[in-house]
Amino acid sequence: MTRRELPINDDGDVVRVRQLVRSVAVDARLSLVEQTKLVTAASELARNTLTYGGGGAATVEHITNGTKSGVRAIFRDKGPGIADLDLALTDGYTSGKGLGLGLGGARRLVDEFSVESSPGSGTTVTVTKWAR
Amino acid sequence: MEAGIFTRIAQLCRAREERLSERWRALVSASLGGRVPETQVDKEQREILDVLLTALALGAGRDIEAEPYAELRALLMELSRSRAQQGFSPRETAISVFALKGAVLDVFDQDGDAEAFREFVAFSQLIDELALLTFETYARAREEVISSQAEQLLELATPVVKVWDGVLALPLVGTLGSARAQVVMEKLLQTLVDTGSEHAIIDITGVPAVDTQVAQHLLKTVMAARLMGAECIISGIRPQIAQTIVALGIEFGDIATKGTLADALVLAISRTGVSVGGDLTKRGR
Ligand SMILES: Nc1ncnc2c1ncn2[C@@H]1O[C@H](COP(=O)(O)OP(=O)(O)O)[C@@H](O)[C@H]1O
Ligand SMILES: [Mg+2]
Repeated sequence: MTRRELPINDDGDVVRVRQLVRSVAVDARLSLVEQTKLVTAASELARNTLTYGGGGAATVEHITNGTKSGVRAIFRDKGPGIADLDLALTDGYTSGKGLGLGLGGARRLVDEFSVESSPGSGTTVTVTKWAR
Repeated sequence: MEAGIFTRIAQLCRAREERLSERWRALVSASLGGRVPETQVDKEQREILDVLLTALALGAGRDIEAEPYAELRALLMELSRSRAQQGFSPRETAISVFALKGAVLDVFDQDGDAEAFREFVAFSQLIDELALLTFETYARAREEVISSQAEQLLELATPVVKVWDGVLALPLVGTLGSARAQVVMEKLLQTLVDTGSEHAIIDITGVPAVDTQVAQHLLKTVMAARLMGAECIISGIRPQIAQTIVALGIEFGDIATKGTLADALVLAISRTGVSVGGDLTKRGR
């Protein structure tokens, strides 16, 4: 099915990723609430890719599982990685100047959430949201 | 040395310039589908052809970056830029240039000049390069158009309006990136000072998604306004945005939030000390 990749190297790219996620979510027939949740999660993850990962890329795909339709988005960077994932997921924790709610918030906004990261080899966050 | 290889083809073209122009215009007009007046296409192309043939006759070679092509490059870039502004695709613009090959071939074909054909291969590569130049210029011109539109939007999308004595409203529309958030915040704070208002309504009905960065900008704006003695109300929080904000865990603390701009206005006016009659509250959004 449709699978598209976009670079994440500046603010404008974050907006483009958000727009792409929105349009794929519409194709996948997510409800308005589901779309908004997924787009917001994507916005958080893309911004982390940019801010902490030093830039990277996003892959967005309309997926199906039996009769289920959904959207999968993958955010990749080759940055410093996340040393303590539990800490990073803790509400209010930020190593920068954010609210520290992005990673944990994104996890709550989607149906499936996984992080692969090790210090020195970058970070990959994969999220999936299904249409109800 | 390559220079001069085109002098012969230039002579052949010059001798057939009128027919060549006509043929080229016919090919291009067909592809532009009448969206550019034929007289304009004709004028543009005669000029390009003349400048091209002049450069070739002067011994210009295959390198389109070379000095003899300076004027031609300028003309093509101008053409590309104006087509970009008129909304033509880069493909359509490049096709206009590629079409010159077809015109030359057609005209030489009519005359059955075998010698011209041999030079044509090299000439054809030159035209390809020139067409690609319009492609690059096009991409750059489109980016200019888009970023200037984005800036205009930035200005337009931050209208701070005085809706009541002592009450300002700021309806936000579109995505609120860092650059815009900064502009918005400054504009609101400045207008609070200029108008001596003590109440502001920030309406986010037109914001498609509120992420933690947008929320942080909103919170900062409200705090800065408070430091100046003004109180803000955030309105236009639609159901899907409310659910998202809750899931993210964002807390607006003691900042007043309202579903609609009308509700926020009622609250703001009551805060200014004026009692609000039923009429206003019933007017809806
Ligand atoms: N892609 C990433 N690479 C490295 N560190 C990350 C990445 N994403 C998140 N982090 C770390 O996790 C922390 C929490 O992220 P987040 O919840 O989005 O909050 P915030 O962006 O406000 O800091 C960040 O401050 C950062 O230290
Ligand atoms: Mg973040």
